[in-house]
Amino acid sequence: MQEAVIHISNLYKKYKDADDFSVDNLSLSIEKGEIFGLLGPNGAGKTTLISMLCGLVKPTSGTFSITGLTYDKSAMAIKKTIGVVPQEYALYPTLTARENLRYFGSMYGLGGKTLREKVDTSLEHLGLLKFADKQVETFSGGMKRRVNLIAGILHNPKVLFLDEPTVGVDVQSKNVIIDYLKELNANGTTIIYTSHHLTEAQDFCTHIAIIDRGKIYAQGTLETLISETPKAHNLEDVFISLTGKELRDDV
Amino acid sequence: MMYKFWMSVYKEILLLRRDFGGLVILFVMPLVLIVTITLIQDSTFKSVTETKIPILLVDNDKGEIAKNVKENLIQSGTFELLTEIANKPITETSAKEAVFKGEYQLAIVIPERISSDLQLKINQNVENILSSFGMQDSVTMPKQQELSPKEVRLYFDPATQLTFKNGVKNAIDKMISQIENKSIYATFQDQLGETDEPLFEQENFISFKEIVPKVDDKEIVPNSVQHNVPAWTLFAIFFVVVPLSINVVKEKSQGTLVRLITNPVPYFIVILGKTATYLLICMIQFWLMVAVGVYFFPYLGLPVLEVEGTLLLMSIVAFFSGLAAIGFGILLGTIAKTQEQSAPFGATSVVILAAVGGVWVPVFAMPKVMQYVSHISPMNWGLNAFYDVLLRNGTILEILPEIILLLLFFLITIAIATVYDQKKRAV
Ligand SMILES: Nc1ncnc2c1ncn2[C@@H]1O[C@H](COP(=O)(O)OP(=O)(O)OP(=O)(O)O)[C@@H](O)[C@H]1O
Ligand SMILES: [Mg+2]
Repeated sequence: MQEAVIHISNLYKKYKDADDFSVDNLSLSIEKGEIFGLLGPNGAGKTTLISMLCGLVKPTSGTFSITGLTYDKSAMAIKKTIGVVPQEYALYPTLTARENLRYFGSMYGLGGKTLREKVDTSLEHLGLLKFADKQVETFSGGMKRRVNLIAGILHNPKVLFLDEPTVGVDVQSKNVIIDYLKELNANGTTIIYTSHHLTEAQDFCTHIAIIDRGKIYAQGTLETLISETPKAHNLEDVFISLTGKELRDDV
Repeated sequence: MMYKFWMSVYKEILLLRRDFGGLVILFVMPLVLIVTITLIQDSTFKSVTETKIPILLVDNDKGEIAKNVKENLIQSGTFELLTEIANKPITETSAKEAVFKGEYQLAIVIPERISSDLQLKINQNVENILSSFGMQDSVTMPKQQELSPKEVRLYFDPATQLTFKNGVKNAIDKMISQIENKSIYATFQDQLGETDEPLFEQENFISFKEIVPKVDDKEIVPNSVQHNVPAWTLFAIFFVVVPLSINVVKEKSQGTLVRLITNPVPYFIVILGKTATYLLICMIQFWLMVAVGVYFFPYLGLPVLEVEGTLLLMSIVAFFSGLAAIGFGILLGTIAKTQEQSAPFGATSVVILAAVGGVWVPVFAMPKVMQYVSHISPMNWGLNAFYDVLLRNGTILEILPEIILLLLFFLITIAIATVYDQKKRAV
């Protein structure tokens, strides 16, 4: 039995001005070393769930722990352990890639040569070293996504949260990002990530949860999900059979 | 912790360096503003004190009162009295036209027979009084003539400043009542006896003397430079509200705030980084303005700003004014949802606070109500502290109340911003 890095029990979230629960009695365990994919249609509650885990949004009720810690007691300790890559770019457009990364690195207490080297190797790894001293606002969407990713991993987090890290990028950028994440995972980082890309998730994730209307409809490894769903051959079959075919335009 | 603070300051400086428009707002605009405004105000200031203001006098009375008004106005030394335009005697209509066209600031029209009617009225009154005491010889009263009240009419250029208007009105009011009093005394004397000895002293029993505070026998009234440098420095300092509130709003809209919240850094360190950076800007603005007052103004023929021995205290005032401005900027940025909200609101509120606080028109020249209202503006506290230092030779003790107010303003705005932010995030 592996140790649970994240343990969620009976978590609820209802936004103040919302009618329904965005996360509705959700329980989940994520083990060390997993690449855990949270898949669900628009408005399923993926961002809400991740935001709670990152300390951005307070749960309405229920509890969770990250590496055994809770925000009530040890918020700073959790923040040092986790890395966050938000769905929206979170960078200063007028600063260069390097300036952005050094600043966010320093917020983790990194500095001096360690930080400089970490920034440069990461930029190189994601093919951005050439652009290190260019202002981020001049970057393409894919380049921004990559800088956004580096900003979340400079401190070698034990747990990495990514909210749709590959949205709006071309295949090349996407592959670079996915390969980099796999490498991080191989070095011991547990990854929790959300996506709409079922094929990407199918290749990338070790574990998957299908979430809709704030609830988990199914979870497990890819193989168990497919074998447990009648007539399913791939993840898309599982997804459609669980979440239905109707559009989610109402969100 | 210190490291994260310094890195936050460094980040803010980088952000500012890339923001050319913001830098112009912060440093160039105030300098342009202070030079133009001081030049403009200095010339009006001079025109009030050195050159005489030409005003029109239409004398339909040709009597005692008109003579008195003329003498008094000429004695005041401020006015040059004109009774004709282009060699033609002025009538009420021509005077009115000239003033409303803005050619003259003021026309005074003294109505016909005001002197003789006044005398008549007084005579009647005195007779009535004396007869009621039974001192009048004749039993039958002469039939009294009906007299209509008289008015001295003042025509002001619509563009004339209110303070000038009120000043002139009061002065003329005073003159007329003095003349009235004198005539009353004289009439009583006439009626009571033929003695040559004056029964009543005609001198005013109570007179006014304006007491102005003096240092080394020089009057302390701010000249245009002493008013404008502190006033517009405060204006510039408070203008950091605009770029600072935009900066805070951008942290939200760029998503960088979200990242900072997930970083292991207390939010107050980030706020402190902003405070320190913008405080530095405020101080640079202040020293630049002072430098302009000391080194540049003499070249424009303006009075020099004397800062000897007061620079430290003035810097302290600038420091705390800067804090107040920063608190306001951070609060505004926290509450505003978009730049489109924060920028115009910030700019307008600073202009209003400046107007209320006595930056445009000094507080002593405001109507009474506004003088009370002016106390709500932090810029007024700062301005008073600057006056204390520059004009009243104040020490740290004299400026302490204002400084405490400014500091409180900072602490309260930051506290509100923090509470508001937490409330909003607990969605
Ligand atoms: N700040 C908020 N206030 C009120 N309701 C919200 C807020 N944020 C999200 N919601 C609602 O909560 C539900 C879940 O939203 P969430 O953003 O978590 O979905 P998501 O799965 O991330 O969707 P997407 O794939 O579009 O990113 C939606 O119905 C949404 O309208
Ligand atoms: Mg989302």
